Amino acid sequence: MRKVLLWLPLALFGLLLGVMGHGILHPEQTTIPSKLVGTKVPQFELPAAVPSHPALTSRDLASGKPVLLNIFASWCLPCIAEAPVLEELKAKGVTIHAIAIRDKPEDVARFLTEHGDPYANIGSDVSSRVQISFGSSGVPESFVINGKGIIRHQHIGDIQAQDIPKILKALEEAR
Amino acid sequence: MIAELGLGLLWLAAGLAIIQSVLGMFGLWQTNRPDLGNAVRPVAVAQAVLIGMAFCCLIYLFIVSDMSVKLVAANSHSDKPMLYKVSGAWGNHEGSMLLWVAVLAMAGGGIALAERRVRRDTLIATLMAQGLLALGFYAFLLFSSNPFERLNPAPQDGQGLNPLLQDPGLAFHPPTLYFGYVGMSVAFSFAVGALITRDVGPAFARAMRPWVLGAWVMLTLGITAGSYWAYYELGWGGWWFWDPVENASLMPWLAATALLHSVTVLATRDALRAWTVMLSVVAFSMSMVGTFLVRSGVLTSVHAFAVDPQRGTFLLALMLIYIGGALALFALRVGTVREGAVFEPVSREAALVLNNLFLTVILGVVLIGTLYPIVAQGFGQQVSIGPPYFNPAAGSVALMLVVVMAAGPLMRWRSDSASKVLRRLAIPVAIGIVSLLVVRLLAPDMGVLPWLGLSTALLAGTGSIAPLWKRNLLQTPLFTWGMVVAHLGIAVALAGMAVDSAFYKERLVAVSEGETTEVGPFSVKLVSVEPVIGPNWTAIEATMEARRGDGRPFTLHPQARNYSTPPTDTSEAAITTHLDGQLYAVLGKQGKDGRWQLRLWWKPLVTFIWLGGFMIALGGLLALVGRVWRERRGARSAELAA
Repeated sequence: MRKVLLWLPLALFGLLLGVMGHGILHPEQTTIPSKLVGTKVPQFELPAAVPSHPALTSRDLASGKPVLLNIFASWCLPCIAEAPVLEELKAKGVTIHAIAIRDKPEDVARFLTEHGDPYANIGSDVSSRVQISFGSSGVPESFVINGKGIIRHQHIGDIQAQDIPKILKALEEAR
Repeated sequence: MIAELGLGLLWLAAGLAIIQSVLGMFGLWQTNRPDLGNAVRPVAVAQAVLIGMAFCCLIYLFIVSDMSVKLVAANSHSDKPMLYKVSGAWGNHEGSMLLWVAVLAMAGGGIALAERRVRRDTLIATLMAQGLLALGFYAFLLFSSNPFERLNPAPQDGQGLNPLLQDPGLAFHPPTLYFGYVGMSVAFSFAVGALITRDVGPAFARAMRPWVLGAWVMLTLGITAGSYWAYYELGWGGWWFWDPVENASLMPWLAATALLHSVTVLATRDALRAWTVMLSVVAFSMSMVGTFLVRSGVLTSVHAFAVDPQRGTFLLALMLIYIGGALALFALRVGTVREGAVFEPVSREAALVLNNLFLTVILGVVLIGTLYPIVAQGFGQQVSIGPPYFNPAAGSVALMLVVVMAAGPLMRWRSDSASKVLRRLAIPVAIGIVSLLVVRLLAPDMGVLPWLGLSTALLAGTGSIAPLWKRNLLQTPLFTWGMVVAHLGIAVALAGMAVDSAFYKERLVAVSEGETTEVGPFSVKLVSVEPVIGPNWTAIEATMEARRGDGRPFTLHPQARNYSTPPTDTSEAAITTHLDGQLYAVLGKQGKDGRWQLRLWWKPLVTFIWLGGFMIALGGLLALVGRVWRERRGARSAELAA
């Protein structure tokens, strides 16, 4: 018995090495993708965030052609940085719907006049409930959704200029 | 030219490490050829000199900013203050590995020159293990992390050093930890040497003890300084985040603390033989696990080190060879090590065993918590383990440990009577119980852990001074003073942690210039915000006027800094220290309405945490000096008697 016990430290150390070796072979992911990628968008109906834009429902996301859904907020600084890039995407013919998170109509309107307005429909999600049902944890976040309303791609954080080809490719593949 | 010289010296030192281990092996095997074993000592010294010179070459390259060397170009800049040019030499992976192996070889040289207590064959075996150990790190340096690599063409100037690291405290933080890690490697080599020659006894323990003590002092200082650095430099107002890199330094410290106590039992009473050997292997492997976690990038950390999975693989291979080899040797050999002396359940030894047990449990808790995210990922889950796990799991065991710490020194070696121990402990226990009640009455909303922590700190604080009662203080040995100071330091740090986490006040406000806000007992007025320019950064700096009640006002200057190379934003918190705590201010962003975000904390007794840390290190230093001094004197009187 004692003989076996003496080898126990070595066995435990082997286990430790195994764990660390596994860690090296499978580096930790720093972002957590939504489990909903590849599934249908959740059912929702959101009121319009500003009078100038129509409201957003899940039916608008299954209109027969791929769209980009941008989750943003007027109080979010990276969203300001993202605004010109979204305009560029719109200029390339991308339809962008938006959900404004925990926002007020006058703030959203000011955001759109100050930083540009690339959006088609904008829904207002005052309680973040729809955002959570998308598996999104922060703003800004964007989803590429195909014509049947299936989520094809998730982009966490602001879309930067160098991400444009990636987003266009995802939209193309969702066609 | 100097870079090539450095590389040449590195190769030569590696060659000597091979000679050192081969000579050691043959010296042990061929007992009729004493000349082989005798040659190990000078070779170890020569290896230390060569690698020391190689490290000096690297420092020289950083001082003269030789940008044709890749490492200098990547980590230095000609505009940088001299102190940071020098510290840049070890503020990166390659340089720190060179420092590691240099300190390792110098420790080997020191043993070869000065060690006279252990048996000759044990010493040869120890130096052989040292040589083998150094060899692995030489291979690591030469084949995967060459610090002297040239860059052609040479760039105009360097890419700077991470501005977060441009801090005097941090210039000395990594080397301090490395000295600690290397000290653990010496203990490891001694353990391997003693296992090979079956010489696990008091002489071996006494030879190992100063290295363990020295390493432990360095680790304590490194952790304390690192914690304070994170506190004021990261601007988050916390002093411990259970971040993987922090845990990486805590785990060797826990193992070293256990080893420190068990080695004393072995040196004094010739008990706990196998356990002490085991702990020295564990302590060193925790140092290597720590280095691995920091350098391989398997875990996400706030400490953005340059990480490289390939280097991680190399470190893993080294661990497999050294730790695996040592544990196999342990399993094969320790059965032939005689049982040590026995002791009663109520005795100093028993208290120290309990101490070791608790420390090992905490070590296990921290290790599991640190590695669990990797395991969980293997099962397809993403988790992050933080304070909700570590605080109660490690904290509750730590409190029991602190109670044992107060009682242990009041017990006699070999056997003691429970009633007598209780009588000696009467006053500390009474103070502990009274404070439990008083604190509950005064602060009914206090969390359980801080409440117990504060009471335990008061119990342990009085308990740790108790060994000095009724003693002639001038004739009390220095190492007893060391123990008292270190134990008191634990109580002081614990009190700081408990009070800060229970009673801190935090305010996050947006104020315009001229506006006043309150935090804790202070009122803070934002006077102005203006740009300032430093040697290699620009910043916006706030001027704030704070006062406590009707007291004298004082100013605070938190900054939001912007470094040019590489472009990085840092926040320099403004901290004022008061007798009973610190006021901590961070300047945030300016909102659209022109108001500035301010983050203010009042942190009562928070300074006790680091004060305690330094007391612990000071206690270790006193014990080290006391032990060495007494053994020197003992050796001299033995010579006189002979």
